[in-house]
Amino acid sequence: MHITKKATVLVVGLGLVTLSACGSSGSGDSGTGSKTVTLVSHGSFAYSKDVLKAFEKESGYKVKVLKSGDAGQAVNQAILTKDNPQGDVFFGVDNTLLSRALDNGLFQPYEAKGLDKVGAEYQLDQDEHRVTPIDSGDICVNYDKAYFSKNKIEPPQSFDDLVKPEYKDLLVTENASTSSPGLGFVLGTAAKYGDDGWEGYWEKLKANGVKVVDGWEQAYYQEFSGSTDGKKAGGDRPLVVSYASSPPAEVVYADPKPKTAPTGVATGTCFRQIEFAGLLSNAKNAEGGKALIDFLISKKFQEDMPLNMFVYPVVEGASVPAEFTEYGPAAKDPETMAPEKIAENRDQWVKSWTSLVLK
Amino acid sequence: MDLARTEVAEAAKETVAAPRAPRRPGSVARLGLMVLPVVFFGVFFAHPVAAIVVRGLKADGTWDLGRIGEVLGDSGIRHVLWFTTWQALVSTALTLLIALPGAYVFARFDFRGKETLRAVVTVPFVLPTVVVGTAFLALVGRGGLFDELWGVRLDTTVWAILLAHVFFNYAVVVRTVGGLWAQLDPRQEEAARMLGASPLAAWRKVTLPALGPAVAAAALMVFLFTFTSFGVVQILGGPTFSTLEVEIYRQTSEIFDLATAAVLTLVQFVAVGLILAVHAWTVRRRETALRLVDASLTARRPRGAGQWALLGGVLVTVVVLILLPLGVLVERSLDAPGFGYYKALTSDDSGIFLVAPIEAVGNSLTYALAATAIALLIGGLAAAALTRRAGRLVRGFDALLMLPLGVSAVTVGFGFLIALDEPPLNLRSSWILVPLAQALVGVPFVVRIMLPVLRAVDERLREAATVLGASPWRVWREVDLPMVRRALLVAAGFAFAVSLGEFGATVFIARADNPTLPVAVARLLGRPGDLNYGQAMALSTILMVVCAVALLVLERLRTDRTGEF
Repeated sequence: MHITKKATVLVVGLGLVTLSACGSSGSGDSGTGSKTVTLVSHGSFAYSKDVLKAFEKESGYKVKVLKSGDAGQAVNQAILTKDNPQGDVFFGVDNTLLSRALDNGLFQPYEAKGLDKVGAEYQLDQDEHRVTPIDSGDICVNYDKAYFSKNKIEPPQSFDDLVKPEYKDLLVTENASTSSPGLGFVLGTAAKYGDDGWEGYWEKLKANGVKVVDGWEQAYYQEFSGSTDGKKAGGDRPLVVSYASSPPAEVVYADPKPKTAPTGVATGTCFRQIEFAGLLSNAKNAEGGKALIDFLISKKFQEDMPLNMFVYPVVEGASVPAEFTEYGPAAKDPETMAPEKIAENRDQWVKSWTSLVLK
Repeated sequence: MDLARTEVAEAAKETVAAPRAPRRPGSVARLGLMVLPVVFFGVFFAHPVAAIVVRGLKADGTWDLGRIGEVLGDSGIRHVLWFTTWQALVSTALTLLIALPGAYVFARFDFRGKETLRAVVTVPFVLPTVVVGTAFLALVGRGGLFDELWGVRLDTTVWAILLAHVFFNYAVVVRTVGGLWAQLDPRQEEAARMLGASPLAAWRKVTLPALGPAVAAAALMVFLFTFTSFGVVQILGGPTFSTLEVEIYRQTSEIFDLATAAVLTLVQFVAVGLILAVHAWTVRRRETALRLVDASLTARRPRGAGQWALLGGVLVTVVVLILLPLGVLVERSLDAPGFGYYKALTSDDSGIFLVAPIEAVGNSLTYALAATAIALLIGGLAAAALTRRAGRLVRGFDALLMLPLGVSAVTVGFGFLIALDEPPLNLRSSWILVPLAQALVGVPFVVRIMLPVLRAVDERLREAATVLGASPWRVWREVDLPMVRRALLVAAGFAFAVSLGEFGATVFIARADNPTLPVAVARLLGRPGDLNYGQAMALSTILMVVCAVALLVLERLRTDRTGEF
């Protein structure tokens, strides 16, 4: 690499005529050879190195992971570059953006080995198999247990609760146009109150002092009084839109570990998010890509996921770590919405939401 | 940044020093020199920008121009346009207000450490906007210095954005206006005083008219930079404030409404074109004879309480406005015992990158070197082509070279991704994409710095050499090169510094396994936790030090020449 770089600097110094030649010599290094398979994903993708090494050893492929941006950006970038993709497999498109990826022809069909062990409720493209479900999680309002016990208020349980006067100025959420939990929460309210009712609900929520920040990191680690970092940063909002798996994460990352999670989940405020992987349409190493997708729904990877990405496995029989069941109550009937319905309304809803809440 | 300043010199030299170049049939040679720059801008600027605009506005093979009216009619978009213009105007006014006294002090006063201080105030200008945003967040954000001390928080208010813009552009005014101010003959003002004018009247009648065009040029540059502000607004603005450039980014990258993004790109294109046209006009208007003297003759030690107070006031401003944010950055980077954050940079198990964050330093330096080489080649050729007195066509070419400064870096970045992915220019997975994008921003600086110097070379020397039988190449080597060598170094330094800090375009095209410093900082900031935050501060500090060293070296190069460099 370094020799190529130096050579190219020289060539560029002499004249740009040979530029295209440099380009191709540079790309020889990009790992598109048949023994390397490249996975493109968003910034939150995480795994145990041992597990990936085991796959490399078994399959003979070397895996290269390219992570960039948040989920939405990663999907958009993948769509823009689909004619000459950066890799072979894309992981991290969720049900809120699935239709955008499918309509733009990002993926080619592949029916993964072991798909029969994945629950039907996760298989949103079952007829064509352009994507394979990998994990699921629930976007829910989290609460700061200490705040509510200190003030002797019951924490909220449902969407309806959030607009009650005792929860005034307590909730922080994310910008629905820039953050996937923010969008999920808006979709949850749309699923709950319907096409005609959700805007009225948000008017009430706004009147009740909901605060909007750009991203989940800012909401959870800066504004939320219940998270370890939020406490340190002086966060003063005891309610935050986050994940059902956030309370176990608070315990796992704490040192020393507390007996119970410092935060809880308002189980009636959840929206189900499912993440998919797919074989990119113009993948250079399709065979390697297929093997990689098979691996992503293998028991080994599925059981490795929860404590790395704080999501739930979708494969039947994959065990969930004890921390999850102990510290994180499962969502009660999370809200869901068909991808087609999301596709049809998403942009308009986000637009209405923006002018209603932010302007 | 030094563009306007050098134009001042350019204007001055043409009227005072430069001998009038005789017209001669050099147009063929000029066209020859222009070929490579034109091809470069065509392939790496016009083509990608056009590709992304076309992609947005052409649905299924037909143009959808109705979208233009639709987008412009949208109240949310109109709010963005209004806010973009408003904040740019206020930022510009505020910058002038705060920086003009600084321009005066740097021009007319002699004090110890002046050259170092001049380099220090220039550091913000070449810092990546992410770092500036971060520094201000550490100062006025939640848990920032002001919050800790007095419970004052300005993040998510427009004040944080305005202050950061002043911080950023202070040097533009100090250097552009101060550069000319230092060369104005103070005896003219003294003469007016002797004839009975009050100090204020003398200043208003004599100095102000002479400075006016330089102030206008500086104001327009500040307006251009704040009008297209991206990183600062993105980090400090929260979800409520959005400039045109940030909105283009959101529409492309987050909402994926390419049509709206394309329309907004066109709007910004028109606005930037207008700003540059006005700028060119003020530059031309400035070509009136000014009596200029050697800058070293006009500066003296401050005398009397008033002048000392003025100097003190400017020093306090510089300390509070510029040194404090930079200092907070350094302080936060040292917040862990035993340089903990710096040590963490060498480990690759944070999971954010495939490599240790420290490798971003090496990537950045390599990319910036390559970008500098490209910018020098392209900018040098363009400047050479523009050297001789030129007609409208060439002036148009001159303005064209400035456009990349004002066109959305986001658009360029995405344009690169979709336009340069086919043979014969399949560069998508090549590392050269990053330096190419960075060079686009570097070229205008190279041209602006080289041009006045090249124009000042006595044409008779070249002619004499030619008559004596030297080849054009030899003429350039023996006549031009020795005279422009220093300018070449300064241009290289600036191109290097801006390449190092380029963020908007790089963020899209830098590969995940080869992040640059600004990209690494942004990614670390986007992750929770003290360690990531501390590492972002440490990387920012490293970047700042590299920029500062480059600028200090330039400042040394400048001192022994009394002219513009």
